[in-house]
Amino acid sequence: MSDFVDIGAALDVPRLGARKVRTAGGVIAVFRTADDRFFALDDRCPHKGGPLSEGIVHGERVTCPLHNMVIELGSGEVVGPDEGCVARHLLKVESGRLLLARA
Amino acid sequence: MLDFPVKQKLVVIGNGMAGCRTLEYLLERAPDLYQITVFGSEPHVNYNRILLSPVLAGEKTLEQIVLNPSEWYEDHNIKLRSGETVEMIDRRTREIVTATGERVPYDRLLIATGSNPIMLPVPGKDLEGVVTYRDIHDVEKMIETARTHKRAVVIGGGLLGLEAAYGLMKQGMDVTVVHLVDTLMERQLDKTAGDMLKASLQARGMKFKMPAQTSAIMGESRVSAVRFADGEEISADLVVMAVGIRPNVELAKKAGLHCERGIVVSDTMQTFDGRIYSVGECVQHRRQTYGLVAPLFDQAKVCANHLALRGFARYEGSSVSTKLKVTGVDLFSAGDFAAAADRDEIVLHDGGSGVYKRLVLKDNKLIGAVLYGDTGDGSWYFRLLREGADVSTMRDRLMFGEGQESKGGHGAPNKVAAMADTAEICGCNGVSKGAIVKAIIEKKLFTVEDVRAHTKASASCGTCTGLVEQLLASTIGDYSEAPKVKPICACTPFAHDDVRRAIREQDLKTLPEVMERLDWSTPNGCHVCRPALNYYLLSAWPGEYRDDAQSRYINERVHANIQKDGTFSVVPRMWGGVTSPNELRAIADVADKFGIPTVKVTGGQRIDLLGVKKEDLPAVWGDLNKAGMVSGHAYGKSLRTVKTCVGADWCRFGTQDSTGLGIKLEKFLWGSWTPAKVKMAVSGCPRNCAESTCKDIGVVCVDSGYEIQFAGAAGLHIKGTEFLTKVSTENECIEVIAALIQVYREEGRYLERMYKWCDRVGLESIRRAVVDDLTNRKALFQRFAFSQQFSQVDPWAERAEGREAAHEFAPLAELETA
Repeated sequence: MSDFVDIGAALDVPRLGARKVRTAGGVIAVFRTADDRFFALDDRCPHKGGPLSEGIVHGERVTCPLHNMVIELGSGEVVGPDEGCVARHLLKVESGRLLLARA
Repeated sequence: MLDFPVKQKLVVIGNGMAGCRTLEYLLERAPDLYQITVFGSEPHVNYNRILLSPVLAGEKTLEQIVLNPSEWYEDHNIKLRSGETVEMIDRRTREIVTATGERVPYDRLLIATGSNPIMLPVPGKDLEGVVTYRDIHDVEKMIETARTHKRAVVIGGGLLGLEAAYGLMKQGMDVTVVHLVDTLMERQLDKTAGDMLKASLQARGMKFKMPAQTSAIMGESRVSAVRFADGEEISADLVVMAVGIRPNVELAKKAGLHCERGIVVSDTMQTFDGRIYSVGECVQHRRQTYGLVAPLFDQAKVCANHLALRGFARYEGSSVSTKLKVTGVDLFSAGDFAAAADRDEIVLHDGGSGVYKRLVLKDNKLIGAVLYGDTGDGSWYFRLLREGADVSTMRDRLMFGEGQESKGGHGAPNKVAAMADTAEICGCNGVSKGAIVKAIIEKKLFTVEDVRAHTKASASCGTCTGLVEQLLASTIGDYSEAPKVKPICACTPFAHDDVRRAIREQDLKTLPEVMERLDWSTPNGCHVCRPALNYYLLSAWPGEYRDDAQSRYINERVHANIQKDGTFSVVPRMWGGVTSPNELRAIADVADKFGIPTVKVTGGQRIDLLGVKKEDLPAVWGDLNKAGMVSGHAYGKSLRTVKTCVGADWCRFGTQDSTGLGIKLEKFLWGSWTPAKVKMAVSGCPRNCAESTCKDIGVVCVDSGYEIQFAGAAGLHIKGTEFLTKVSTENECIEVIAALIQVYREEGRYLERMYKWCDRVGLESIRRAVVDDLTNRKALFQRFAFSQQFSQVDPWAERAEGREAAHEFAPLAELETA
C-alpha cells in the first residue's frame, strides 16, 4: 500500500499542459490531457534529459521540447521507432485533489 | 460501445507491394475495423519487387528483400492464404471463389493483382529456356540457367530488359539485348542519353542488336537461337522477354467491372462497384497506368483512408522519376522531355567526361529532366518539377544544380554516390552514409520520413534531405517522393494551403473546430500541427482568435529560449541595436542579482542573458521592464531584430539615417507573429555594413532613397537577397515592408522562411502584390496595422505583473525529503 501525498488541485494543471513537482528524488512532471486524465512521469527525457513538463501534450503523449522525442504518458515508453522509457509515478485524483505516491 | 463488435470482412486479392502497403496504412488508421484475408497466388510472403534486379545480379538475397514476413500477418490477425488463386468474384452474393471452389464472403474487396509480363506472340515462345522477368520464380530460373549455359538474349531494351541483361552478365552469361527501336529506354531517355547509355553498357561487354524485330524463337525442345525479321539469327540458350507489362485485369473483367487497359478507378481508388477497390499496377486512373513504386504507395494511402471510413483523401495522379539499377551507370529521368514549340531546353553535353543533362522548361516551370553521368541533382530537379516551382529567377544557374542555387551552410557535399560509408550525411545528428543505407535495406524503408524516423538523419535542420533522397534513390532504385503537396503531419491528409483556405472559407475560428471539420485523425493533433494551426487562426482572425498557449512551442509559451539544461535565455529588445548606459546598467544588475552565468552579444546586435532559471523569469523581466526594456522576441516566429549601421549621423559615407529608420521599422513591426522568424537590417550606404543582403528583409540606403531587398538567408542556406523595389521616402519604405510582411503572413506556410516562400510563389507575384498594385499594397498595409493593435503588448510585462500564465513559472508543489 503506497503512501500518498497531496500535491495540489487538479485544476491547477492546465489542460494539454503540465506542472512540475520538486521532490528529493528529482523533478516529477504532472500532465493533464484534454479529457482530464492525469499522469506523472520523471521530468527527464530518456534521450538527452529534456524537461518533459515543457513539452506539447497531445492525445496521451508528450513531445520533448529539446529534440521532439514523443513519449506515451500511460506507459512512459518512447514512441517507436525511437527507444527508451521514463519512470512512472502513481497518481490519483480524489475530490479534485492530486495525490502522488511517495517513492 | 460493444466489446466485440461484428467486424466487416475485407478480402484482398494479391499479396504484392500495393496490397500490403494499403493494409499497413489501414491498420495504422483503423486497426480493428476489418477482419482481413489476403489471397496471393505466389507461394511467398510479400517481397520488394523492385529489388529483383539486385537479386539477379547476386547483390542481394531473397531474404533481404522480404517486406512483410509471416509474423507480420500473424501479429495483425491477417489470414494469409498464399499459393491460392482466386478464380472468380461473385458480386451479387459478395463472395470470391477460389480455385478449389471455396466461397469466401466480403464486405469490401481490394483487387491488387498487379500486372503480367507481355509475351511476344512469336513461334517458339513456349520452348524451354524462354522466360519472362517478373517474379522471384523467373529470377531463380535465370540464375539456374546461368550456371549451366552461356548465351542469353534479352528481348526489350527498356528499364526491365537492361536490368535483366546486366544481372545475367553478372551471373557470367554472354548477353545480347534486342530492341525494337534505335534508342534504349526510349520512354525515359532521349536519343543522346540513350546512345551514351548504350556505349557505356557496350564497354562493359553487353551486346546490342537494334533496331530489330524478333520473328521467331528457334529450337527443338529447348531454345537454340533467335531469328529476326531481317533473316539474321543469334544463337541462345536463354531468352528473356522483357518487352513490357500488362495490367492484370482478367478477374475484374470477368466480374463485369469496367476495364480499359487497367481496372478503371476513381480518385478514391474505387472501381465501378463501390464495394470493390483496386490499387497498384492493375489500375487505370485518369487514363494513366503506373509501373513504379511511388505511385502505388500514394494510391495505397488514399485507398486505406477510404477503407478506414475517412473518405476525404483523393488520389490525383503522380509524377514519377526513373533510375536504372545498374551499378556504375548514373541515369535519371523525370517528367516530359519531348521537344515542342512552346518549350525551352537547357542542354549540357560533355562527351569526354560522359556527362549529359537536359532540362525542359515550359511557362517558366521545369517539366522534364534527363541526366546521364551526373545525377546528383536529380532529386532537386524532381522536387522543382513536382512542386511546379517558378524557376525564372534561377534559370541561368539551374543547370549547375542546387549547390549553385543555395549552398548548405555547413558545406554539405553534393555527390552522395562517391562518398565513403563512414562519411557523415546528417551533421546535426551524426548519421553516416553507411548507417542510412543499412537502415534502408534492413528496415525496408521507402520514404524520407521513414529514414528520419529510424535514423534521425535529416530530422533536425533538414539540409541533408536532398542527400537522403539521393541515398534512397541509389539504394532502392526508382524511389520518388510522390505527393505533390505534403500533408501538414500524420494527423491529417490536408496540406498547409488546404487548411488555410478552409479556415477562411468555412469561417473556422477555433482549433477544435478546424480539427473536427477537417477530420483530424487524432483527438488534439500533435506537436507539428497544433502550432501551425494556432498560427493560421491567429493570422486569419486578428483580435478575434484567442491564442492557445498549449499549442505554442515552449519558447513562445514562456517568451524565452529553452537551453539544453532546461534553463532559459533572455534577450531584451534594443531598438535598432542602440542601447544606453542605463539599459546596460540594468542588464548588469539583473545578471548579478539572479546569478546569470553567461552574458553574450548576439549576431543581431542584442545582449543575451543565458542560464536563467525558469522561476526567475518573471522577476528578471520585471527588473528589465523597470529600465524601459521589453521582450526582444528572440524566441519567436516573429520579428527578431533590425540590425543597423550608424548611418549618416556618424559615418563619413552614410547617405541616410539608417539607425533612425531601423528603429522606426522595429517599433512599427515588433510583436507581429509570422510563419517563421524574420530578421532585418538597414545599411546606410551600399558598403552594407549591417549586412542587409543576407536578411529576410534588408534596406540598403543610397543617396536618392532606399533599396528594399528581401528573401535572403545566412543560416542553413546562404542566399543573397532579391531586389524588391526602390523608394524615395522612409514612409514609403515602411509601407512596402509592412505590406511585404503581411503577404508573407497570409501566404507563407508555418515554419517556411521568407526565402523559401519566395522560391515557391515566385518573386514576380510578390512584386506585383506589394509594389505594382498600389491599392493592394495599401490594403495589405491596413490589414497589417489592424493586426498590430492586438499584438503589440509586451508579453514580459503581462507575466512579470502576474496577469498571464502564473502557473507556468512556479512548481505545483515542493515535497520535502521523504
